[in-house]
Amino acid sequence: MNDKIQNLKQDTRLKLYRSMLECRQMEQRAYDLFMQNLVKGTSHLGLGQEAIAAGFGVAMRADDYTFCTYRGHNHTLVRGVSMTGILGELMGRDCGLMRGKGGSMHLTSVEHGVMGSYAIIGAHLPIAAGAAWSAQYRGTEQVAVCFFGDGTTNIGAFHEALNFSVVWSLPVVFVCENNLYMEYTPIGDVTAVANPAADRAAAYGLESILIDGNDVDVVYATACKALERARKGEGPSLIEALTYRHHGHSRADPGKYRPDEEVAMWKEQRDPISNYRARLLELGIAEADLVAIETETDELVDRATEEASNSPPPPVEIAMTDVWADGSSSWRN
Amino acid sequence: MAQLSYREAVAAGIAQELRRDSNVVFIGEDIASAGGVFKATVGLLEEFGPKRVRDCPISEQAIIGAAMGAAMTGLRPIAEIMFSDFLAVCWDIIANQIAKTRYMTNGQFSMPLVIRTANGAGSRFGAQHSQSVENWAMAIPGLKVVAPSTPADVKGLLAAAVRDPDPVLFFEQKSLYGTKGEVPEGDHVVPLGKAKVLRQGDDVTIVALAAMVPRAVKAAETLHSEHGISATVIDVRSLVPLDTTTIFESVSATGRLVTVEENPRLCGWGAELSSLVAEELFWDLEGPIVRVTTPHIPLPAADSMEDAVLPSVERIVDSVRRLAD
Repeated sequence: MNDKIQNLKQDTRLKLYRSMLECRQMEQRAYDLFMQNLVKGTSHLGLGQEAIAAGFGVAMRADDYTFCTYRGHNHTLVRGVSMTGILGELMGRDCGLMRGKGGSMHLTSVEHGVMGSYAIIGAHLPIAAGAAWSAQYRGTEQVAVCFFGDGTTNIGAFHEALNFSVVWSLPVVFVCENNLYMEYTPIGDVTAVANPAADRAAAYGLESILIDGNDVDVVYATACKALERARKGEGPSLIEALTYRHHGHSRADPGKYRPDEEVAMWKEQRDPISNYRARLLELGIAEADLVAIETETDELVDRATEEASNSPPPPVEIAMTDVWADGSSSWRN
Repeated sequence: MAQLSYREAVAAGIAQELRRDSNVVFIGEDIASAGGVFKATVGLLEEFGPKRVRDCPISEQAIIGAAMGAAMTGLRPIAEIMFSDFLAVCWDIIANQIAKTRYMTNGQFSMPLVIRTANGAGSRFGAQHSQSVENWAMAIPGLKVVAPSTPADVKGLLAAAVRDPDPVLFFEQKSLYGTKGEVPEGDHVVPLGKAKVLRQGDDVTIVALAAMVPRAVKAAETLHSEHGISATVIDVRSLVPLDTTTIFESVSATGRLVTVEENPRLCGWGAELSSLVAEELFWDLEGPIVRVTTPHIPLPAADSMEDAVLPSVERIVDSVRRLAD
């Protein structure tokens, strides 16, 4: 694993850096737009957790499937989805990925392999297993990657999906993003084991994999290995990636239940992006190359914000469409 | 035509679709090697093999989740939930995910899947293995809801359900599994959303579903022979989409509507139908709309009590007579 990380190509590292930075800047902008009341409803940000989405996003094949949660803006973006479409959906505009019919918690872009953001804890693990079963059945060597939080490890669907996927040897990678808090409660207070996913792997005959989810090189290398295993027909993996969210659970939550020094430590010493920037400089990558990426990212976010802001609200008539495949919502003749 | 039982028609319907389309797959608990706990899927594993007919663990969320994931990515799965009562175990994936995903994603997905399940009472299994839960499904936008009463409709409606691009909950009535009827051989498809007029009469329209259909027919015969009341009997067959055209035509002509529902009283499908008729056909009515249902209770297990609470032929006859007098 260490060899793999040391031998990463410069091009891959720059992709990882750009991907994390785009996530960070987009979500920082989403936060600002929320404060201006331009994003309504709720919003669950992954600020601080970008390395997991980016590491997998760069490692995945274009036709692989992503299943993520309501905290899924980043997992969606890293598959190449338009930032305008994402911000537009958050803002309830016509240019939104789903024209405002889904909202922040349900970002989906099938053409990019983003098979949905799921807002009921645990539901998407068996659904991802189903997509993996379909890939296995059709012989396409596609892999389904399913991201979820630490809290999900205590719901039944987690255990059903793990057992099912192992028994059927499905090409699916389960990625637990352990950000230490199940909504407002420390995960350790409500979980029988110290590592909520990794310690349960043995129950399903899987290797226990616990990684630093804030080190994008480690995430990328782990992702490549698990994806390859799945693609070769060797079955599922369960990965627990340790991370931390910089903000509260959702917009309603200031995150006051977390000690100040803990938050400060993760932000200042374990931030995945500033740490990676320092590593890239140490490895001899020219600062000008990083600055160019940073400038381009800022421009991208500004452009997306402007496009989304200029997009009109969707026509209300579409509220009555697409319940059924014929485009209608009709239930009688 | 072949004489098949309702349970044989299930296997025949699934086999017809597995033969027709290699993207059709069938999963559930005890459905493959064992041929189903109701023996409704006997022979499918032998004909189609374990890749297409696959036993699952007792994991209803995994079964239905897997069906959804497969339907989103090119397959047309049929998933069995052994007893319809167990739908409650995986209701999140049905009601929150399967039903809503096409809508929430602005039509990015189709969800061509069928959930088959054994529904209803009559087997003395008690309150957790006897419920009629079609009204649960009917209450969720995005689900189609079908419940056949004859072997021919089992095969034909199942074919239509599998070929439909939307998710269909297919309720098989477990007390009907042993009943027999003529079933067309070869490709047999009965379109969803078409009610069937089983008997034409002038005085009253009786609308029934699944196991209540043969009881309604028997009641109509008694009403005719013993009381001189002539009743139309309609098998709804599909609650969503609902064939209001066929039902309204009949109610307009007879001026009287009686629904016969196995479900508990509150929010049964007959309540929705009554509301539609009251709103749109009020001036054609010659009397109140009458609903014959199971009382609003969990079902008792003992045969004497179960028989007493389910709508019986006698109760249907009495209800119609009171209305027609």
